[in-house]
Amino acid sequence: MTVSVRASLMITCLGDLFYPEVGVKIVRLLRGLGVAVDFPEGQTCCALPLFNSGYHAEAAAIARRTVPLFRDSEYVIVPSGSCAWMVKHEYLGLLTDPALRAQAKALAARTYELSQFLVKVVGRTRFRSAMAGRVTYHDSCHLLRGLGESESPRTILRNLEGADFVELGGSDECCGFGGSFAVRLPEVSASILDKKLANVEATGARCVAACDAGCLMQMGGGLRRRRSPVRAVHLAELLEAGES
Amino acid sequence: MSETATPFRQRAAGALNDAFLRQALTIATTKFIDLRREAFGDFPEGEALREQARQIKEATLQHLDQYLDQLIDNVERRGGHVHYADTAEDARRIILDIARRTGARLAVKSKSMATEEIELNEALIHAGVTPVETDLGEYIIQLAHEKPSHIIAPAIHKTKGQVAELFARELGREVAADPEELTRIARGELREKFLQADLGITGANFAVASTGTVVLVTNEGNGRMVTSLPRVHVAVMGVEKVVPSMTDLMVFLAILAKSATGQKLSSYTTLVQGPRHPGELEGAEEFHLVLLDNGRVKQIAGTLREALSCLRCGACLNVCPVYRQIGGHAYGYTYPGPIGILLTAMIHGGPAVKDLAHASSLCGACVEACPVKIDIPKMLIELRKENVERQVAPRPERLVFRILAELLASPRLYRLGAPLARLLQRPFARDGAIQWLPLFLGEWTRTRDLPAVAPRTFTERWADLEHRS
Repeated sequence: MTVSVRASLMITCLGDLFYPEVGVKIVRLLRGLGVAVDFPEGQTCCALPLFNSGYHAEAAAIARRTVPLFRDSEYVIVPSGSCAWMVKHEYLGLLTDPALRAQAKALAARTYELSQFLVKVVGRTRFRSAMAGRVTYHDSCHLLRGLGESESPRTILRNLEGADFVELGGSDECCGFGGSFAVRLPEVSASILDKKLANVEATGARCVAACDAGCLMQMGGGLRRRRSPVRAVHLAELLEAGES
Repeated sequence: MSETATPFRQRAAGALNDAFLRQALTIATTKFIDLRREAFGDFPEGEALREQARQIKEATLQHLDQYLDQLIDNVERRGGHVHYADTAEDARRIILDIARRTGARLAVKSKSMATEEIELNEALIHAGVTPVETDLGEYIIQLAHEKPSHIIAPAIHKTKGQVAELFARELGREVAADPEELTRIARGELREKFLQADLGITGANFAVASTGTVVLVTNEGNGRMVTSLPRVHVAVMGVEKVVPSMTDLMVFLAILAKSATGQKLSSYTTLVQGPRHPGELEGAEEFHLVLLDNGRVKQIAGTLREALSCLRCGACLNVCPVYRQIGGHAYGYTYPGPIGILLTAMIHGGPAVKDLAHASSLCGACVEACPVKIDIPKMLIELRKENVERQVAPRPERLVFRILAELLASPRLYRLGAPLARLLQRPFARDGAIQWLPLFLGEWTRTRDLPAVAPRTFTERWADLEHRS
């Protein structure tokens, strides 16, 4: 199955610096599905960390730079629910220039989180699993409650050939990341994380998948620190590039 | 934790170390969440009514002055007295004047956050009037000389074992840690007080403008006794609690108890229409309604406007991951939890919540649980922004964000940042992860590993990928 679609990858700062292999995986996956992928030069960060901490003038400067980078994109794929939320819901309010605002509106309409893009645009829900065994899924808050998306990642996971998907107890509860929250109130953040990881371990899964780099940093960092055999992975890491 | 940690962070960390508190919180909030989910699950009209309730609140705020005038007229027409308090101090003075004039010595109270907000009990005691809380949870915390830690479940932070110990100590009654037995003892103690009291003080969940009706939603029957047994009844109500009509009231009653306790309706819905009239069997001889502003009216045109729709149901507390870990006392003000941060800012001003505004991961669970869908995260971000603009954030924090902003606003600097980070992380990184970092970054690494900046970022790998396409 191939589709003729052009899509630009918005890698996000955490994806770029900490999880480049996820980005590489996504590029190969999409190309395997017939999507022509480009990577507009000059990307840094979506500005959500600045925005959420109240530095709106600074966030606006980044939005002003980022919006034109994707002016010619047919679709924009963001492998992180919270960054997709920022682009889709907060950019417009930060911009005053009418031309830029029009571009930001168009960008919001063309921007998809990765699982949404796979299911809703490409129409592909069946993949071979890159990892055998039991997997579970954590709903990132911005993807679930912000973008209202719980089904796309689950559709993919339920159909994942060679893996056994189980629901995570309290999957809709925050992992305690919250951006700067994690270092402003580290004790509370860690305590919320403990509960999340206890739920993850109770599933008996080999890995917990998520669609947000922030949650992966938080859960992955916690699992590693407690020397857990469970891994936190981006959904894309579970998907084999070839035909299913 | 360093000694420079904010007082809020220290209180929160203290709460995390209290095993009793955490046990009590987990049990109670989990139960509230399940009951709420069931209540709305059995009620398909719920969604539409929530939307309607939100619209009624918004429409009422647009003409709040008119509805208040109407309410005042109708309460007075029924023989009640209405007082307007600009501040907490005004409200205390008004109520103390009533107590003095009527010679009150003993006041029974039904649960009211508005009277907590104006710190009425302390003022009454100072004026020689003994206040007695008659809601079981409030009674418990009054005995313990504490403050409520939840908007509708004031003693949520106590286990039943702790309550039994408290009763033994304060009442000299040895009793098993059995909720029914504990309630029976409290009821016996309170019965006498109801009969002796000369002043009854309540809050109000709503007041209906078109009829002059003050509405109390309770579960223990104490509210009804407070409004009918003492000679004088004073109700204290935030001005935003007025609703236009009885029809509007029905919309709120249909969703309030479901959101708060998961009940279809509360056990008692008490409608008070002025003092007792000739021929009526119950009601106080004298009725006063105190309308409290205390920072509310200013917000009709302010950042926190949406928070004026709050029904004080507590649903946002129960689902908040932060509240569920630390409980209400750690917040340090009358109103805890996500909505409490907004109400604290409303009453005490934005700078008062410079730390509290960050006591949220912005997960949005509160918006989903709120019966009127108040966008709490959005207003928290707005409060953070105002405090950034006021420069009340600590200087080191502002410096860090300034540097971050420069770095992220310039692709050239951002590209240079990766090799620099790799150089700096070299002493700390092992197998692609970092277990210890200095300064504020240590707040992360104390409990979690941090991924190291990759040997080649995605941006650095793109050239290879592009050529292979």
